[in-house]
Amino acid sequence: MTFDALTGVLVVPAAAAALLAALPGYRLTARLNVAATTLTLLCALSLFFKRPHAGAYLLADDLNSTFIVLTAFVGFTTSVFSLSYIGHELETGRLTPPFVRFYHAMYQVLMFAMNLALVANNIGLMWVAIELATLTTVLMVGIYRTHEALEAAWKYFILGSVGIALALFGTILVYMAARPVVGEGLNAMVWTLLVTRARDFDPALLNLAFVFLLLGYGTKVGLAPLHAWLPDAHAEGPTPISAVLSGLLLNVALYALLRFKMLLAANPGALAPGPLMVALGLLSLVFAAFMLYRRRDIKRMFAYSSIEHMGIITFAFGMGGPLANFAGLLHMTMHSLTKSAIFFAVGHVAQVKNTQRIADMGGLTETHPVLGWGLVLGVVAIAGLPPLGIFMSEFLVVSSTFARAPLLAMVLVFGLLIGLAGLFLRLNSIAFGEPRGPAGKTQASYVPMFAHLALVLIAGIYMPPALVAWFYNVAGLLG
Amino acid sequence: MSRLDFDIAHFLAGLLVLISFVELYQDRLYALLNIYALHALTLAASVAWQAFIQDAPHLYVTAAIALLFKAIVIPVSLHRIIVRLGIHREIEKVVSVGGTMLAGMGLVALSMVVMLRVTHGADPLAREDLAFALSVVLLGLLIMVTRRNAVGQVVGFMSLENGLVLAATGAKGMPLVVEISVAFSILIAFIVIGIFLFRIRERFDTVDIRALDRFRGERR
Repeated sequence: MTFDALTGVLVVPAAAAALLAALPGYRLTARLNVAATTLTLLCALSLFFKRPHAGAYLLADDLNSTFIVLTAFVGFTTSVFSLSYIGHELETGRLTPPFVRFYHAMYQVLMFAMNLALVANNIGLMWVAIELATLTTVLMVGIYRTHEALEAAWKYFILGSVGIALALFGTILVYMAARPVVGEGLNAMVWTLLVTRARDFDPALLNLAFVFLLLGYGTKVGLAPLHAWLPDAHAEGPTPISAVLSGLLLNVALYALLRFKMLLAANPGALAPGPLMVALGLLSLVFAAFMLYRRRDIKRMFAYSSIEHMGIITFAFGMGGPLANFAGLLHMTMHSLTKSAIFFAVGHVAQVKNTQRIADMGGLTETHPVLGWGLVLGVVAIAGLPPLGIFMSEFLVVSSTFARAPLLAMVLVFGLLIGLAGLFLRLNSIAFGEPRGPAGKTQASYVPMFAHLALVLIAGIYMPPALVAWFYNVAGLLG
Repeated sequence: MSRLDFDIAHFLAGLLVLISFVELYQDRLYALLNIYALHALTLAASVAWQAFIQDAPHLYVTAAIALLFKAIVIPVSLHRIIVRLGIHREIEKVVSVGGTMLAGMGLVALSMVVMLRVTHGADPLAREDLAFALSVVLLGLLIMVTRRNAVGQVVGFMSLENGLVLAATGAKGMPLVVEISVAFSILIAFIVIGIFLFRIRERFDTVDIRALDRFRGERR
């Protein structure tokens, strides 16, 4: 096989993981980590220009190129953030050098697994990749070895494994549905072949498969009744991992779901997957919005906010149609950028305050103006206020829903407003008022955070026509 | 496929469901582990039989994994972990035995109704295999939710996974089955190592409400 961009996004992280596992020394490995993610990003960007043909295992099309570039970009900025974050953790002794080495290797394995899940053209391979990503993140969540971290890792592990098991059953059912039409063997698992022949599949089998896939991968997306692992995993792991989990891994699971949704959409006899996704999405949104009020831990709060936004995105894709899909894609991109920026800020906040308790933080804009205002800007963005990008995408979701299902739109707006109020209530006590708690120093790197927020701001004010056209094109693919 | 081939495959798959039921009412950890070993052994026989009648030699690898890893290595190491960590040998159940068994019967009936109705196009063996497999999966889930004990939950997960392997081998000609069973074995190995390293005796199971609060992030 010749070297192309697709193998690039896989080989670079895999090689980097091996290298980082072998090399000692934090300064060198942390920089190598950044170098590897930069290379991956370059490979991913080249997918826009030259794209290899789809094989039996790997595939690149407009849909997954979007996801890969987003993953590579956030992966890159997070590695820059993690440079200073991990440095601080080493200084304070929360992590020891062997753990840092392990952390960097695992970071690259996670990048590899996510990219593999995104480029996989084979539904079995996609499943294996998502399993690998789950295992890696479980190890990362438990890295602090505190009681809470281990409990969180264990909970994530068990719930994630059950989700993954259900997804595998769904995958087997898809194979069973495809076998009489496509024929036995590898071809019946190749997604590009499946989607062209899906018209002739047995609809009943396909329906059942989708239910299992929705429950299985939905657990990984963090949809409401299946979300229990998510807040713990976000709160107890290192913050760069929270950023990657929220910003990327949830998207990857959603991407897997979207691929199967496209299969169902290609079959006229199958049930419409939309209503199921709409129901789960709305449930997640409203549930998470209410949960925002009682949170005392800052990272848990933003984890619930992630559930809320994954709910909105799933809802948008469930509604379907070019406009709602467009809104969903835009919202997913904006949420990834904003939420990881928030976690960058929160990571440094937790470091200067030496706690994650909201009650022990206060007056951040006075003691640490740059960090405090960065956090305020991030929360304003995630709450969906104009003129930032999330306002745009939420507005599109709401307006496209109002045109088709006004009642659903009412619920959506209700959830959004509840969530907005909850976030601001907490933000008020964190960012303003009397300074509370210790005011330690940190060698923070603000560049990744402000780079993300700047992108979100620009997208809110002016979207380049080329980007709009690209998203419309992808939205059309989703059907 | 001859009648006998079908009958043996059918018998082994049915046996797996039966053993899942036996797992369901165990209240001692050692007994549960022994029954699980039997479960894995039956799975190995079933997979090997599928390999034989489908003429698919690669499935023998999956059968070997089931035999060596799941039926021997895992139960033995869990046995030792229980001794080393001093885990309670009795399994605390959430629901009474009668209730659990009734729920289990309901789940098996559900999977029969669902699978047999949707798969009438498929060939009879794959169809019934799939129905049995779904029963094993659902019973595995039931075992997981009715146990408070971490080892009990892991055994539930492993029998759930056996159901998946049964489904995957029953789907004739499915690619990547061996890879998937290896991936699952790695997952299970991780879980078992996790129990040992994390020293998880009982999951979220404590009379100390403060510990629960701490875990839910509601620290004061």
